[in-house]
Amino acid sequence: MQVGKSVKRVDAYDKVTGRAKYTADICPKDTYVARIVHSTIAHGRVLKIDTSEAERVEGVVKILTCFDVPDIEFGTAGHPWTTNPEHQDIADRKLMNEHVRYYGDEVAAVIAKDEVAATRAARLVRVEYEKYPHVLDPLEAIQEGMPVIHEAFPDNILGHSSIREGNYQEAIREPGLIKIEGWYSTPSVQHSQIENHICYAYMEGGDRVTVVASTQIPHITRRITAQALGLPWGKVRVIKPYIGGGFGNKQDALYEPLCAWLCTQVGGHPVMIDSTREETFVSSRVRHAMRSHIISWVRPDGTFAARKMKVWSDQGAYASHGHGVVAKGMGAFPQIYPCPNVECDCWTVYTNKPSAGAMRGYGIPQTMFHNESHIDDIVTKLNMDPVEFRRKNSMPVGYVDPFSKNELYDDSFNQCMTKAEALLNFNRKRKLYANQTGPVRRGVGMALFWYNTAVWPISIETSACRMILNADGSIQLMLGETEIGQGQDTAAAQMAAQVLGVSYKDVHVVSTQDTDVTPYGSGAYASRQTYVGGFAIAQTGRILKEKILKHAHRLTRMPVDIIDIKDSWIVRKEDGRRLISLETLATETLYDIKHSEHIAAESTYSVQSNAYSFGASFAEVEVDIPLCHVRLLGLVNVHDCGNLINPQLAEAQVHGGMSMGIGFGLYEKMLFDEKSGRMLNDNLLDYKLPTTMDHPDIIADFVENPEPTSPFGTKALGEPPACSPAPAIRNAILNATGVAINDIPINPDQLFESFRDAGLLEGE
Amino acid sequence: MYDIQHYYEAKSVEDAIRLRVEHPEAVIISGGSDILISIRSGDLAGCSLISIHGLDTLRGVSLDPDDTLRIGALTSFSHLMKDPLILEHIPVLAEAAGKVGGPQIRNIGTVGGNVCNGVTSADTASTLLAFDAEAELQGQKGKRRVPLTAFYKGPRRVDIEKDEIMTALLISSKAYKDYAGCYIKYAKRAAMDIATSGCSVNVKLTPGKDAIEYARVAFGVSGPVPIRISSAEEAVQGKPLTEETIELFAEHVRAGINPRTSWRASRDFRIQIQLEMARRCLRRSIERAGGEIVG
Amino acid sequence: MESISYKQITFTLNGKTVTTSVDVRLSLLEVLRDTFGMTSVKKGCEVGECGACTVIIDGETYDSCIYLAAWVDSKDVLTLEGLMDEEGKISDIQQAFIDEAAVQCGFCTPGFIMSSWKLLSTGKRYTRDEIRRELSGNMCRCTGYQNIIDAVEKVMNERLADN
Ligand SMILES: Cc1cc2nc3c(=O)[nH]c(=O)nc-3n(C[C@H](O)[C@H](O)[C@H](O)COP(=O)(O)OP(=O)(O)OC[C@H]3O[C@@H](n4cnc5c(N)ncnc54)[C@H](O)[C@@H]3O)c2cc1C
Ligand code: FES
Ligand code: FES
Repeated sequence: MQVGKSVKRVDAYDKVTGRAKYTADICPKDTYVARIVHSTIAHGRVLKIDTSEAERVEGVVKILTCFDVPDIEFGTAGHPWTTNPEHQDIADRKLMNEHVRYYGDEVAAVIAKDEVAATRAARLVRVEYEKYPHVLDPLEAIQEGMPVIHEAFPDNILGHSSIREGNYQEAIREPGLIKIEGWYSTPSVQHSQIENHICYAYMEGGDRVTVVASTQIPHITRRITAQALGLPWGKVRVIKPYIGGGFGNKQDALYEPLCAWLCTQVGGHPVMIDSTREETFVSSRVRHAMRSHIISWVRPDGTFAARKMKVWSDQGAYASHGHGVVAKGMGAFPQIYPCPNVECDCWTVYTNKPSAGAMRGYGIPQTMFHNESHIDDIVTKLNMDPVEFRRKNSMPVGYVDPFSKNELYDDSFNQCMTKAEALLNFNRKRKLYANQTGPVRRGVGMALFWYNTAVWPISIETSACRMILNADGSIQLMLGETEIGQGQDTAAAQMAAQVLGVSYKDVHVVSTQDTDVTPYGSGAYASRQTYVGGFAIAQTGRILKEKILKHAHRLTRMPVDIIDIKDSWIVRKEDGRRLISLETLATETLYDIKHSEHIAAESTYSVQSNAYSFGASFAEVEVDIPLCHVRLLGLVNVHDCGNLINPQLAEAQVHGGMSMGIGFGLYEKMLFDEKSGRMLNDNLLDYKLPTTMDHPDIIADFVENPEPTSPFGTKALGEPPACSPAPAIRNAILNATGVAINDIPINPDQLFESFRDAGLLEGE
Repeated sequence: MYDIQHYYEAKSVEDAIRLRVEHPEAVIISGGSDILISIRSGDLAGCSLISIHGLDTLRGVSLDPDDTLRIGALTSFSHLMKDPLILEHIPVLAEAAGKVGGPQIRNIGTVGGNVCNGVTSADTASTLLAFDAEAELQGQKGKRRVPLTAFYKGPRRVDIEKDEIMTALLISSKAYKDYAGCYIKYAKRAAMDIATSGCSVNVKLTPGKDAIEYARVAFGVSGPVPIRISSAEEAVQGKPLTEETIELFAEHVRAGINPRTSWRASRDFRIQIQLEMARRCLRRSIERAGGEIVG
Repeated sequence: MESISYKQITFTLNGKTVTTSVDVRLSLLEVLRDTFGMTSVKKGCEVGECGACTVIIDGETYDSCIYLAAWVDSKDVLTLEGLMDEEGKISDIQQAFIDEAAVQCGFCTPGFIMSSWKLLSTGKRYTRDEIRRELSGNMCRCTGYQNIIDAVEKVMNERLADN
């Protein structure tokens, strides 16, 4: 067995020796540096740009402005293309924009021979604006008379969708119902991958432009770059080397189109855009801030009669992934706790803030916080046990989503809760912490999450794979699905090895995607890669194997259906007799004077299914009330993500997601100056990523219920770990102090406000 | 690449002073963990630098003949954390230095830079202030000493003449002998953070260890520069080691602090935590001095 | 006195003496990467916040992004490249990072390994919280730090058991 084993990462050696090459490591030395001039107002129009002083800086090559760019609007979301115009991503920005829509919008770019010249000149570019009023809050942006951010959306609403099940109005008339209602909000946060976004572009062959980029989605970025520049898609080539994290930030065309265009404007000389940390915060993508209003009508026995949710999602200045994110978030609401009478509405609203895109969890961490907090508000009101309540109300075995046809095949929720409860010793601690009074108190809390693995049937889910048998019997594997740190290359090697009967060490994964060479795959997003890529690997592997066995038949004269490949040998199935090694077969075949064949296979798999993934977080905290301080003492995540291809890497993946959940719940928030719209904390000192010292030991565990639709029994794992820690922590603080805090991050400022309102602090 | 106009390297203290006179527009760089950040952010882009980074004679801690603790201006935070003299005489300064940033910042950042930078959040400043430290400055006319209370003139403004550099921070034996202290840094995360507020308290108990002989308290981020709260110090002088004394102390602290609201934290929140920090620091200091709080 | 634009520096880099003339405006990060090809030294913020650029100078950890290259004259510098011997054999720390799955995207890894090298070079026993403190100047967005701490603790225990 090659899957299910904790083999070492195929890229680990290169990464611990510093040999793994990232974009900056391979950029040619004579590359020009481009610095972007960002808007210093949140909303307005560029009237004039004076570059004369900047041009005089020694080393400046060229300065281009929003008045020079092609008159093409394009969308940037890392979605697969669709030929149906109704489903295409909203094209609402140019390479640089005269109508600036957030503080940080691109208005000009200086190309220079070195960084100091580019930076100096960028500071000397004088931009004259006509200022418009700006709006930073989505609930304000939808009011009458608010500034219009995009003419095509006069009410600033980018999207609205609804769910109606049963009859809410009717249902709430049932006598004896208890109404529980709350507002919950989650902030704008940023991926903060340690490698900022970086790309460089050069031209070859006179009219083809190549972009080397830190991206999760090389094939999609190629398409978007071509669209933005008005080029045939084949004129653009995108190469993705190793990348220093993405988490969805790089599931967008960021500066690749602009960089490619700048390169075309200096005769094809290499040009680099190496974003600073500040630019990565403001001018790449962020997580949608969301605000929900939830009402539940509950019977005294703890069952739901009717539920309602309204969610507003803060899109920021440009559409990027747009409405799909909150739509996914809202979609979880009626499914995770099915209730016969449900009304849901969600809106995505433009504001004059950095654009929101995809970020690990795609709307689910937000609405899970809202809904799982709300569930504990119900539990508190009814004086019930949080685990019991969820056992009673969460999605039952056999539940089928009519849209995606996803099904809950196993008792996943209960299994996850049982395991997590034991790992944290939740029940015992809950009793122990029941009647505390001192200034420092402890508490435990938990939350569930629901997740959809891939994006079918909303978008295509397709993956192509190429396998080549090398002359020594090893395999070359190419996929469009990208390694971004999650361990994709290792999982792919294991799956291919499994199908082909070789060791994963003999599967050489080509880690760099190059759109000139790599077969089409949409890239790293959703939690699709192992699931979707798995189909392509399984199918292509079967094709390759068939070819190999045909040659085996030629060489051994054994009928194809009685032979197989095992441990890199052609074996007779019946008695396991080794007939010929794969190495001999490969060499003989390639160099056969008559039958020479380069044995290779390539195929595309278009997936027509999707899969649920589930889990739970259990947290323990200590709250120092007078100091308004929370210490996370423990956090447990238990997932049902189907079969684990590589248990050790799966566990590591969960740790990372939990860490992001800790940041989301307790630390991270992008802050904006109301007056100017400028981000205040656009650096890693003021934006509080949790450090080593802010983490307790965290525990990740699994229940493995194989996913029947998947060739390897897998389902989502990449994003789910970030979905439930924040509400679990929030519920633990509620348990410790009796204070329900509905806005995250629950940082000291928030604790101060909440404790003061609750009367827990001595008055002034 | 840093946008630096001219760069001068001092080979000795005298050399540094000469460079100061010759290039009055140039800025001193010691560890650079404030200056380089400002150059990159644009605030100081295009400035000229006088590097005193190589002046190793200004690194380290020693005792003057009169037992005054002499802390070289270029002494790094990590050096302070493990220096035997500091650990023996003012362990709380090692405690405060240990709260700065992370290990790398503590290796590059200097105590002189921390004070000369003139910001209220500087982690070692409140403790130095609470130990009546003096800045030793050297210029063309020789050396002079300024108590830190007078050294801070306003946010980012300190008492350094155009021809001077800071050579050391001095703490007299009277100021540290028989004192025990505690520093609490309040920040939004446990490492790599600028203080939301910092409180440093130290006490000397009566020989019988049943009352406070002297107490001193200083705050960071309670005003535009680090401040002492002398009314609180006086209020508890001679007072017994009781919770009542601690409350009295807190009351006076309340009257003395004046934090402001910024996007980093609100005034009310800062007041809440500063009072609590004052209480806890005093309790801890008393305990560390060998006292026991009753009631 | 004249200002200088370039400075001739001689220092030890991964055990070898090297000499070069540096533009005084350059950070050590840039010189290590661009002049000496030490691309293990990563840039994540340029202001001393992320630790991706951590190197060892005279036995201590520094963020090379906020260290002027001109200052490194006559010092001893160690980067991740220097932890591997001539035959390509990696150190116990690197092996532990592989074995404990402490590596994901790998961008923070060189910095973490250098900070770990320093802490393990003391030969002291640390608690997990102390390890956390010694690594607190390095940020990682992928691992939640759990396996990194595990890897360091494992090497520490192995080394202490050997002595
Ligand atoms: C990521 C990061 C985290 C940080 N965290 C903290 C923290 O937690 N707590 C904290 O207090 N600080 C923190 N700092 C700030 C900084 O590290 C300290 O203020 C440090 O003490 C500065 O010392 P330096 O020698 O590096 O300063 P430099 O940048 O060299 O100088 C600072 C200022 O002092 C002047 N100066 C320096 N030395 C002298 C001298 N001998 N004579 C005259 N003038 C002089 C300089 O001209 C400059 O104005 C942090 C900085 C960074 C980058
Ligand atoms: S790049 Fe040096 S600390 Fe981030
Ligand atoms: S492994 Fe990606 S940042 Fe640490």
